[in-house]
Amino acid sequence: MNIDLTIVWAFIIAFAVFAYVVMDGFDLGIGIIFPALGRGAERDKAMNSVAPVWDGNETWLVLGGGGLFAAFPLAYAIILPAIYPPIIAMLLGLVLRGVAFEGRWRDPSHQPFWDFAFTAGSFVAAFAQGVTLGALLQGVEVDGRAYAGGWLDWLSAYSVLTGIGTVIGYGLLGSTWLVMKTEGVVQDHAFRMSWKLFPATLIALGAVSLYTPFLEGEYWNRWFTFPNVLFSAQVPVLVALITFLLYRALKKRRDYAPFLLTLALFLLGMIGLGISMFPYVVPDEVTIWDAATHPSSQMFMLVGTLFIVPLIIGYTGWAYWVFRGKVGDEGYH
Amino acid sequence: MFDGFDALLLARIQFAFTVSFHFIFPAFSIGLASYLAVLEGLWLKTNNNVYLDLFKYWRKIFAIAFAMGVVSGIVMSYQFGTNWSVFSDRTGPILGPPMAYEVLTAFFLEAGFLGVMLFGMDKVGRKLHFTATLMVAIGTFISAFWILSVNSWMQTPTGYEIAANGQFVPAGSWLTIIFNPSFPYRLVHTVMAAYLTTAFVVGAVGAWHLLKDKADLRARRMFSMAMWMAALVAPLQIFAGDMHGLNTLEYQPAKVMAMEGHYDSHPNGAPLILFGIPNSAEKRVDYAIEIPKASSLILKHDLNAPLAGLDTIPEDEQPPVGIVFWSFRIMVSIGFAMLGIGVFSLIARARGKLFDSTWLHRAAIVMGPSGFIAVIAGWVTTEVGRQPYTVYGLLTTADSVSPLAAPAVGASLLAFVITYFIMFGAGTAYILKLMNKPATGHEEAAASGPLRTAGITPASADSTRRGQSGTMAEEGA
Repeated sequence: MNIDLTIVWAFIIAFAVFAYVVMDGFDLGIGIIFPALGRGAERDKAMNSVAPVWDGNETWLVLGGGGLFAAFPLAYAIILPAIYPPIIAMLLGLVLRGVAFEGRWRDPSHQPFWDFAFTAGSFVAAFAQGVTLGALLQGVEVDGRAYAGGWLDWLSAYSVLTGIGTVIGYGLLGSTWLVMKTEGVVQDHAFRMSWKLFPATLIALGAVSLYTPFLEGEYWNRWFTFPNVLFSAQVPVLVALITFLLYRALKKRRDYAPFLLTLALFLLGMIGLGISMFPYVVPDEVTIWDAATHPSSQMFMLVGTLFIVPLIIGYTGWAYWVFRGKVGDEGYH
Repeated sequence: MFDGFDALLLARIQFAFTVSFHFIFPAFSIGLASYLAVLEGLWLKTNNNVYLDLFKYWRKIFAIAFAMGVVSGIVMSYQFGTNWSVFSDRTGPILGPPMAYEVLTAFFLEAGFLGVMLFGMDKVGRKLHFTATLMVAIGTFISAFWILSVNSWMQTPTGYEIAANGQFVPAGSWLTIIFNPSFPYRLVHTVMAAYLTTAFVVGAVGAWHLLKDKADLRARRMFSMAMWMAALVAPLQIFAGDMHGLNTLEYQPAKVMAMEGHYDSHPNGAPLILFGIPNSAEKRVDYAIEIPKASSLILKHDLNAPLAGLDTIPEDEQPPVGIVFWSFRIMVSIGFAMLGIGVFSLIARARGKLFDSTWLHRAAIVMGPSGFIAVIAGWVTTEVGRQPYTVYGLLTTADSVSPLAAPAVGASLLAFVITYFIMFGAGTAYILKLMNKPATGHEEAAASGPLRTAGITPASADSTRRGQSGTMAEEGA
């Protein structure tokens, strides 16, 4: 048995990040499209649909951060100071929206304030996550074992573009989630929003994909040289396929397919990201092997992870199962 | 703005602020989760609906406190990297795994079952719902286990070696790292502190409603339960605190010197300084009220045992005495005041006056928030007392900080302060509003508002059925 634990851990962290996007993307998306929803019942239903699950969803973000610290401490130590302002903004955004869940119901007289906090928090968190991704991809300055750039280096046209793209994409996850979880007038509205956010998401995805190979890094080579091109060429083909399926699912007013296909779109984005970065964790500076923790630490964590993550997926799935079905259906209230 | 400030100091203030604010919520929710499990368990066992009403009453409060704990906790998992990146790089191989285990074994467990505990009683049946409540309670404990192990390793590092790249890496067994010397004491002391904090909050709410209506069945029950906790746990906690202190004396003597205000060594028995004003410039305690030789008695169990003072520690390795001296006294005074309430309640109970003694009720209300103050004071004592180190004796705080400019740290600190005060201020106000209402026989079925939105009566089929027998039980009581 000669398995490289560093690669195993790179996949586990990537899985955690993807799981986070799957779980919290729609959750933040609900906040992003919130102002477009009608006051009263429509907003209530949207919020209801995520109330029982949002803090479980955000736990994946803690696993992403905590896991990066645990498995690749050097990467954690370099990346977080490099993207300090967006990370702080994201955290504060999550505070705003987290408390808004309670505040909105406890204090109807200040509901406009809490609605604003919910949207602003969700928007800022999503935008900051996109900016973080862009800032990482465009490269950060490293000296020795530390970040060596300034505190505004993350800000660029590219990172703003990835930020906007993430907001739009999460918005689509949110609207297709509502399609799945609601019916009647609210669902009609969710469909209409999806029809707007769907092309917007495609434009954002296209813009980021076109911009990335022109960044300073090695992306051009990594994407377009043999044998990598064999993999990277599949991504646009699959994106086209998913786009077609999603178009049809929205056209035929399917309940579940639009949300699941949007997730598939995000998965493809993640795979593209993986191809672009591997084997670096800080592009062109620090590889996963440079950043990997001690082998004993890798092993100690792996044993537990292999047992516990399936359990987590099991009981999280159960919790979603308990609250399955349309909001407003039998039993939800 | 902030250009004239020291980035290190700002980073320290920021961490102190975010971690103190965060810990207020777990200090409450660790105890409250267990209390909820006890209430639901008693309800299942006795079928007495008073317990179910109390469960639903406190569950609403738990939902708010827990949500605030979650979001302020996410901040903590990133603060290490944003503000203390060198520390993160150096200690990652040792501290990363237990923190990852905290996420995997505790946070997911809590969050996964929380939704069912808050919203799912009518969906999963009683037994499964009780299981969910238990899982949330167990999750809060597991979380305390791991994070206190991490903190304790920073105070009393063991089982490590230093690699060529400067990282602390595991050497030998992980058990040596996890069960480092101060961990068992810190775990017991902190968990009991959380139980006491919750007990005094519950006691104060019970007392508040007893003052308005001493026949209030539910207020009586919660007050009685809380006073049992005070009477039983407060003395245990004082004992555990003493043991923890002895452990600190062994591994971090400078911290104990600062707590005691011992600038000088005492070869023939050290006095116990009850109160005084530490004067670090002159290296003495002004206006000291002291008991001769009592400190040696407590710490060494011998009146004449010699005790070293800060004069034996190089100046640049000493913690700031003033803060540690005062925070320690605040914590200890509150501990004894809690014991006082516990004894007071036992006497009142023995006389059959537990629900009639308005002075006891008033005192319990005053003591309601005392647990939070004691907990924060305790953490200040141990964290400031281990300065100037993050990893005791090995890595200094100054060497741990991120390479960040002061304006970045200062601006984010300001943003944290403003956001936290508005958001958590509002959350706390809602909690107080809920506490101000008495628990009733028709607590809403849902812990939180979202479930009421259909506009139907909140009582579920289940609670309606139980509600009838509950009414009879009340009449019979």
